Amino acid sequence: MRHLLSAADLDRDEAVLVLDTAGQMAATQAREIKKLPTLRGRTVVNLFFEDSTRTRISFETAAKRLSADVINFSAKGSSVSKGESLKDTALTLQAMGADAVVIRHQASGAPHTLAYSGWTHGAVVNAGDGMHQHPTQALLDAYTLRRHLVGDGGRADATGRDLAGVHVAIVGDVLHSRVARSNVQLLRTLGARVTLVAPPTLVPVGVHSWPAEVSYDLDEVLATGPDAVMMLRVQRERMSSAGGGFFPSPLEYTRGYGLDARRLAVLPDHAVVLHPGPMNRGLEISADAADSPRAVIVEQVANGVAVRMAVLYLLLAGGEPGARTGDGQGRTHVRTDETRAHA
Amino acid sequence: MTTYLLTGARPLGGDPTDVLLADGVVAALGAQARRAGGDAHVVEADGLVLLPGLVDLHTHLREPGREDAETVESGTRAAALGGFTAVHAMANTTPTQDTAGVVEQVWRLGRDAGWCDVHPVGAVTVGLAGERLAELSAMARSAAAVRVFSDDGRCVHDPVVMRRALEYVKAFDGVVAQHAQEPRLTEGAQMHEGVVSAELGLTGWPSVAEEAIVARDVLLAEHVGSRLHVLHLSTAGSVEIVRWAKARGIDVTAEVTPHHLMLTDERARGYDPRFKVNPPLRTAEDVEAVREGLADGTIDTVGTDHAPHAREDKDCEWAAAAFGMTGLETALSVVQAVMVDTGRMTWVDVARVMSSAPARIGRLTGQGRPIAPGEPANLTLVDPAARRVVVPEQQATASVNSPFAGQELPGSVVATFLRGRATVLDGALVEQGARV
Repeated sequence: MRHLLSAADLDRDEAVLVLDTAGQMAATQAREIKKLPTLRGRTVVNLFFEDSTRTRISFETAAKRLSADVINFSAKGSSVSKGESLKDTALTLQAMGADAVVIRHQASGAPHTLAYSGWTHGAVVNAGDGMHQHPTQALLDAYTLRRHLVGDGGRADATGRDLAGVHVAIVGDVLHSRVARSNVQLLRTLGARVTLVAPPTLVPVGVHSWPAEVSYDLDEVLATGPDAVMMLRVQRERMSSAGGGFFPSPLEYTRGYGLDARRLAVLPDHAVVLHPGPMNRGLEISADAADSPRAVIVEQVANGVAVRMAVLYLLLAGGEPGARTGDGQGRTHVRTDETRAHA
Repeated sequence: MTTYLLTGARPLGGDPTDVLLADGVVAALGAQARRAGGDAHVVEADGLVLLPGLVDLHTHLREPGREDAETVESGTRAAALGGFTAVHAMANTTPTQDTAGVVEQVWRLGRDAGWCDVHPVGAVTVGLAGERLAELSAMARSAAAVRVFSDDGRCVHDPVVMRRALEYVKAFDGVVAQHAQEPRLTEGAQMHEGVVSAELGLTGWPSVAEEAIVARDVLLAEHVGSRLHVLHLSTAGSVEIVRWAKARGIDVTAEVTPHHLMLTDERARGYDPRFKVNPPLRTAEDVEAVREGLADGTIDTVGTDHAPHAREDKDCEWAAAAFGMTGLETALSVVQAVMVDTGRMTWVDVARVMSSAPARIGRLTGQGRPIAPGEPANLTLVDPAARRVVVPEQQATASVNSPFAGQELPGSVVATFLRGRATVLDGALVEQGARV
């Protein structure tokens, strides 16, 4: 793996390695001095064509904790707004010596194009592209689920474990969601069972080929006792550009697919609630549910930094800038001991 | 004018014979050709297939307006190399081909270039806006003698405007060629809606958006008793509708592109914009249906939808890339690969779908004719045994957005004759200065 473009890039062992590495990164974050020298001398560019303060800050924090130099490039107010193409922007960044480009783009496939066009030689990390993929979000979700659901309620060390046997319901605007696409792939890779729940208008044509069950009835799914409920943001901005009308009214959506105190009470005691944020409180999730002890939404944000540290570490540490270690068969060999991390 | 003696050629893939071209016509066949062709330039054509010159109902030459992507000169060079002796130049130029002046300009540019006949397609509506009929009659009566009208690139989606267009062109035996795309169902669409689009996160272009318009239009054509041509049909459902309409006696013809005969939406994986096209590449089931439809005559013609684009319009992310593919120089090879070499069609059928049928639909009297004494010598000589790897940079078209780049295809055009004059010999263009 030279880039991280899609959750599908990871096989089971690679995904578990990222989660294990994230665990080690998280451990370092409990220390007084959180910064590691691991990526000193490396340059990470955050190339954001679409607004996303939290994801950008998360990646920026992760890179800085690993001592990388970070350049933030926002399309707004940049040469992009003057008509510069992705290609020319990438060539500029390449000339400036970027070892990794973390890209957020409104167009599905833009990170893929960047990675394989020859416009940059650095590693490319997809930080969300259109309706396609958001692999680090899926990894941080999986990391959060593993902490809570694998082992003895998170107290036991889950290192090396996957999510076999875990049932996750992903609820809401699946059609427009890169989070859902990424999670379906990664959760299945890790052995979890996934049920997508949405009104039929928000389920993509072709979903039958996905490794997930589909339901239009949230209450029915909750009654089966899922271990986790992942609420998706209703992406009203994408709906307006696609003609709107995906559901009759916000109230009807909330009645059918909103997570509130009543539905929360149906869940098993151990079940957790996730949301990628930002939340539409009162639409897909009530304040009761969002602020309940079961909600691990704030923890997801914290875990995001650890997971992104792990990803940057695995892509950039070792070898030449822009390269990474490997056995030539797509497998990752990473020294995750603290000696290496402090080298 | 040079006379040519094609020795051992196989007209329509039949028995080898000699063919003499003189004074712009097929002068003689067989032993008579050999006897009369003593001074002729001999083209050794043993084993080569001789077809009537190919006719394309669907070419984008981009001039005027986007000469950086293609000019009439470069596009018709490509056409000649592809075996075409006549092309219809689509109306979505800048300015739009919606007046007699612009269609005459394009027609004259084609005539002056001299590589093949250029027949401008007139826009159905002013500025392709879909609201007000363009001056169809003026275009029909201009020097360009337009008979095919289309807003291609856009669908005439207002049913009243479509009805009026179908009725109006009857006065001069015109045909409305529809780009069947229901606009509301395809807002923001980037590729075929299905398994692949769902996975790639690209907004889908559903089959029904095409089929709904095809169904509506055949009923309109029946109601007003006019001629309708369905451009670049791409779905199994559309094939079924056209089959039903023909069985009902409706005067409808249909076209499929080479790329829809060969490629599926799986090619979108990897987000390579060379495979971004409108209508989009469909599923394997759709590809099978259009092949079957072409073989059984439901689909009348192969149209290239040659759509050149400047490099910067394709050298970008998928969403920002233009729709379209080049196709003039690979069309015949693709048809050979998927229809002839698989035994689904003969060379006689190829002559029908790539020459006589499009000529008939476009009302071209001198094209698509039988290979017989006295007929215009618009001919294409093909080596079906040849194989070649497509290298877009080596093609004559000014653009490089071929979906077949790097792919090996069968067959090659050895020679093309336009009214007895060689535009291509030995697989290379015969430049103006070398013509006699």
